[in-house]
Amino acid sequence: MDLITVQQIRVPATRDEVTFAPGERPLGGGTWLFSEPQEGLTGLVDLTALGWEPLTVTDDLLTVAATCTIAELTRLPAHDGWAAHPLIALCADSLLASWKIWNVATVGGNVALALPAGAMTSLMSTLDATAVIWTADGGERRMPVTEFVTDVRVTRLAPGEVLRALEVRTAALRSRTAFRRIALSPLGRSGTLVTGRRGADGETVITITAGTPRPVQLRFDEVPSERALADAMSRIEEWYDDPHGSPDWRRAVSTLFAEEIRQELGGAA
Amino acid sequence: MRFEVNGTPLDVEVEPGQVLRTLLRENEHYEVKKGCDAGDCGACSVLVDGDAVHSCIYPAHRLEGRSVTTVAGLGSPDHPHPLQQAFVAAAGFQCGFCTAGMIVTASTFSDADRDDLPRLLKGNLCRCTGYRSIHDAICGVTNTETAPTGEATGHSVRAPAGMRVATGREEYTLDHTTTGLLHLAVLGSPHPHARIVSIDTSAAEAMPGVELVLTHLDSPATLFSTGRHESRNDDPDDTLVLDPVLRFRGQRVAAVVADSVRTAQLATERIVVEYELLPAVFDPEQARAQGAPLLHADKGMESRIAAPERNTVAEMHGETGDVEAALATSAATVEGTWRTQRVSHASLETHATRGWLDRDGRLVLRTSSQVPYLVRDEICHVFALHPDHVRVFTARVGGGFGGKQELLTEDIVTLAVLRLGRPVQYEFTRTDEFTIAPTRHPMRVTVRAGADAEGRLTALAVDQLMDTGAYGNHGIGVMYHSVHESVSVYRAPNKRVDAQSVYTNNLPSGAFRGYGLGQVIFAIESAMDELARRCGLDPFEFRRRNVITPGEPMVVVDPGEVTDLGYGNSYGLDQCLDLVQDALRTPGGLTPPSGPRWRLGTGVALAMIATMPPRGHFADTTVELLADGDYSIGVGTAEFGNGTTTVHGQLVASALGTTPDRVRIRQSDTDVARYDTGAFGSAGVVVAGKALLAASHKLAAAMRERALRLVDAERHDESLRDEAAGVVPGGVRVGDRLVTAAELVAAGPLIADGSHDGTPRSVAFNVHAFQVAVDEATGEVQILRSIQAADAGTVLNPEQLRGQIEGGTAQAIGTALYEEMMLDGEGRVITDAFRNYRTPKFSDIPVTEVLFADTFDELGPLGAKSMSEAPYNPVAPALANAIRDALGIRPQELPMSRDRLWRMIAAG
Ligand SMILES: Cc1cc2nc3c(=O)[nH]c(=O)nc-3n(C[C@H](O)[C@H](O)[C@H](O)COP(=O)(O)OP(=O)(O)OC[C@H]3O[C@@H](n4cnc5c(N)ncnc54)[C@H](O)[C@@H]3O)c2cc1C
Ligand code: FES
Ligand code: FES
Repeated sequence: MDLITVQQIRVPATRDEVTFAPGERPLGGGTWLFSEPQEGLTGLVDLTALGWEPLTVTDDLLTVAATCTIAELTRLPAHDGWAAHPLIALCADSLLASWKIWNVATVGGNVALALPAGAMTSLMSTLDATAVIWTADGGERRMPVTEFVTDVRVTRLAPGEVLRALEVRTAALRSRTAFRRIALSPLGRSGTLVTGRRGADGETVITITAGTPRPVQLRFDEVPSERALADAMSRIEEWYDDPHGSPDWRRAVSTLFAEEIRQELGGAA
Repeated sequence: MRFEVNGTPLDVEVEPGQVLRTLLRENEHYEVKKGCDAGDCGACSVLVDGDAVHSCIYPAHRLEGRSVTTVAGLGSPDHPHPLQQAFVAAAGFQCGFCTAGMIVTASTFSDADRDDLPRLLKGNLCRCTGYRSIHDAICGVTNTETAPTGEATGHSVRAPAGMRVATGREEYTLDHTTTGLLHLAVLGSPHPHARIVSIDTSAAEAMPGVELVLTHLDSPATLFSTGRHESRNDDPDDTLVLDPVLRFRGQRVAAVVADSVRTAQLATERIVVEYELLPAVFDPEQARAQGAPLLHADKGMESRIAAPERNTVAEMHGETGDVEAALATSAATVEGTWRTQRVSHASLETHATRGWLDRDGRLVLRTSSQVPYLVRDEICHVFALHPDHVRVFTARVGGGFGGKQELLTEDIVTLAVLRLGRPVQYEFTRTDEFTIAPTRHPMRVTVRAGADAEGRLTALAVDQLMDTGAYGNHGIGVMYHSVHESVSVYRAPNKRVDAQSVYTNNLPSGAFRGYGLGQVIFAIESAMDELARRCGLDPFEFRRRNVITPGEPMVVVDPGEVTDLGYGNSYGLDQCLDLVQDALRTPGGLTPPSGPRWRLGTGVALAMIATMPPRGHFADTTVELLADGDYSIGVGTAEFGNGTTTVHGQLVASALGTTPDRVRIRQSDTDVARYDTGAFGSAGVVVAGKALLAASHKLAAAMRERALRLVDAERHDESLRDEAAGVVPGGVRVGDRLVTAAELVAAGPLIADGSHDGTPRSVAFNVHAFQVAVDEATGEVQILRSIQAADAGTVLNPEQLRGQIEGGTAQAIGTALYEEMMLDGEGRVITDAFRNYRTPKFSDIPVTEVLFADTFDELGPLGAKSMSEAPYNPVAPALANAIRDALGIRPQELPMSRDRLWRMIAAG
């Protein structure tokens, strides 16, 4: 929809121009910004003309620019041994947004928006990705994506900061993963999305998004016992409550899925 | 900014914050639709440099040098894109408002993609079809045919507007250029119940571009109802164009008219209002109790509110026999309470009106309405105008489902046009549709029923309470209808009905497909299923023993009721039950999912509905012979996906021995036909259609007579007099002489009129069955099989009828499993966008096997009955009964969402 309070859209070509006056916000693809009225928004700073390489792969790192579109990410070919690669498509398909939205929506926009059903956050959390942040003073800082998103629509970005990229260790891409998701309708907005990842060293990580207000990770040195996992799950206190599922149901299906994933990753039945 | 649209360069100014959709429409690319303006529905889909995007969330400032393709750029009626042809051939649309976006989206698909349609089309909503026909279109299945001359009825003839719809050429309400158009925006109430103490509009008025600010001080004093019926007395007079008392959040406080939507909306924020807050009530149980805050206590008898002092707009209490005594001695009894939620019509085209004064100073309203004549009459009533000074018409309407049997935008546009003398437009946003447009009435229904040892009903009692919201539009009619055919389809010596329609400070409820029946049928059919179990009877057999059969009175609570409702010699309920039961016995449907968590079940339910609304439904039509042999018909019925226009063309073509392409249809315009009550209660075919048949027969007689006179005058041979004359394509054949249409009309126009008054009425039936699998651990329901049998009398257009049944089924599956307007308990709608409201997608709707009973209604046109509301009604209880069968526990609340079912199972 037309954003009626916006008076200016700036399209910087260099980092110096990436500054924010009060009332201004970064613009990624715009698929969320233009989809709801934005009270008090007076200007947008379009990040998509900065020329950030969407995807860079080295031996140990996959770097996804914040402005990489979800469509571009889904077209990333699997490299040898990337057992976790199918997770990209599974997560993209977990968005309520269809492939037409992916043509425009950015990975960084999805993570920065910090919706519980942000499936790029699910993906990046599962892969223990690092968020690269451009600070207002021209510097850079990093933190795990799991810590970057702190609540519904809340991140650790300070005013004037932008999300620059998401870094994924290729080791994470080589680990074994499992995926479960449910919504209140077959392809609806996620009610909960649970993933599991088992690294070469046996470390097993269960990640819960959509069912919880922010990503929740349960880390175990090895595939946990049924009991250990159930205990950990029962200690999760906050389950998200919105029109896409009640908290009690979200807890139950997440717990069910976590156990299924545990078994899929090799845990004893 | 320069970019290309459909190969033509466009050089335009872009507003900061503007999106591609509005830019395209400003440049007369009306083929790009707005269903939501929020990225959710896909109606606005276009290609940008070949990539499909939703233009309503595509920032326009990025367009420099790009190339945009819309549905109109894919093809034209003369040179259609293969998909455009396929959508027409498959009848892959009803209202057609989603079609442009569907075709643009599908134009990017490869052959392999056809196997992945649920996923690939999850960004495209269609409210009308149930998606099967869209699947067919994309996969190249042809469902329509060309009818032989004079035999159009009974064939799956194409919708006359089909190719225009598929190529984006068909005009909907706002698809039209009006120079000097002003836009109206509304300031909605932030409070659920308040009185305006003062209102200061000066800052808004001072804004450049603002032409007018309207407040309650400008409002006509005449009370009316937004709900429209043949008789204006059917609804309570409880509404003002602008009221100093606000009874729900979002109710109009003031309206701004300005030179752009943007300015008008920004100006509303500058209006300073002081409110006196009033106590509010949100629960109908509380609202009718003593001491509750009253909403309409200021209204007198003349407002026709049953009991303003109890917030009760209507109530009914009646009994035949003695229910208590019968229940006490019944072999088996059931008692339960069922609840249905608030549902949005979700027509893809939002409500909108554009108004102006024509050259003669007449007020003209172009509106998205099912009832242009009723709108005209009420506008005349409220504004004290003479009907000759008001013209109301509709272009093609993008979906209705009852939601456009209301006067929601026309009144405020009228006020603005009359004040300014300039064209003014008011367009609802999708959020308006969710927060201020009337919804389906939520109901609480308690049913008690008993049966004897043979499984024969001894008693049936219904206690119904409905939340009509802040205003009583349809709050009376829905209440009476809800307990009518639902109760009277069962024979029971003892019956009792208590029903109450109660005001609350929630947004108003209104007319919705099924008009109240669906809610009560959900309860009764669930109760009957349970009673059948307690009697140890199969649910089909139990119903056969207890439903009324031809000749029996249809009793609610008054066995002596005088009514114009009868059987039309076309009772088909027995056949519908047999058809569905036989179908269930033949193999079919999806393979059940495997695993110990899945439980399987089968359920059935039935529904009866009157073929027309009660107390009169009128249509005046004309049919005229044109010099080129075509016929021009004038009929009041609006086309909004009901398919009536196609059937009208078929009826006239058949009666006049021609083909539907020779019938030119002028419709839904108070200038083209004298009167039409409107397209609701599924009346389009059975009332206006019958009137057109009468007009056609009259015209045929007049044509023959004139032809004979002409021939007689030529041939002086007496022996040839009174030769048989027959209407044929192009004129009238007398012997071997063709008297051409041109010759016939040379002697003066040949025009005939035909009318129908909508009485007497008959009844139609629907039976639905489902086979389901339910995941005990998550509450997920998979529909393995869906079967509906319909008793529609003569089937005039099989493909369209199938489409109505599939569409009704799909909408009802949405109600049964997915859709829910959630309120926060203080009148605030939380689900105010499609993304939070689960309108069924392609992936959510199974294929329904559609079966027709073989009946002929002696009242309907050529034996046909109406069938557009009806298919909705048996679906939710059939699903509930199947889920009950699977789980052993009965769901009693809609929607039967996964979280609710899971909780029910977990509670045991
Ligand atoms: C039909 C539909 C369905 C959707 N379904 C989902 C869903 O299931 N789950 C979900 O999470 N979202 C969903 N969305 C919302 C949105 O489309 C996605 O989250 C998308 O990924 C956002 O990316 P974007 O680039 O378009 O973000 P934008 O709209 O451009 O921005 C989103 C927010 O992030 C900020 N932002 C963007 N980029 C940066 C950056 N680099 N640094 C700092 N801040 C930034 C913006 O200021 C804004 O606040 C849906 C949207 C639509 C229209
Ligand atoms: S209007 Fe753009 S997606 Fe609905
Ligand atoms: S035909 Fe799809 S919305 Fe009406």
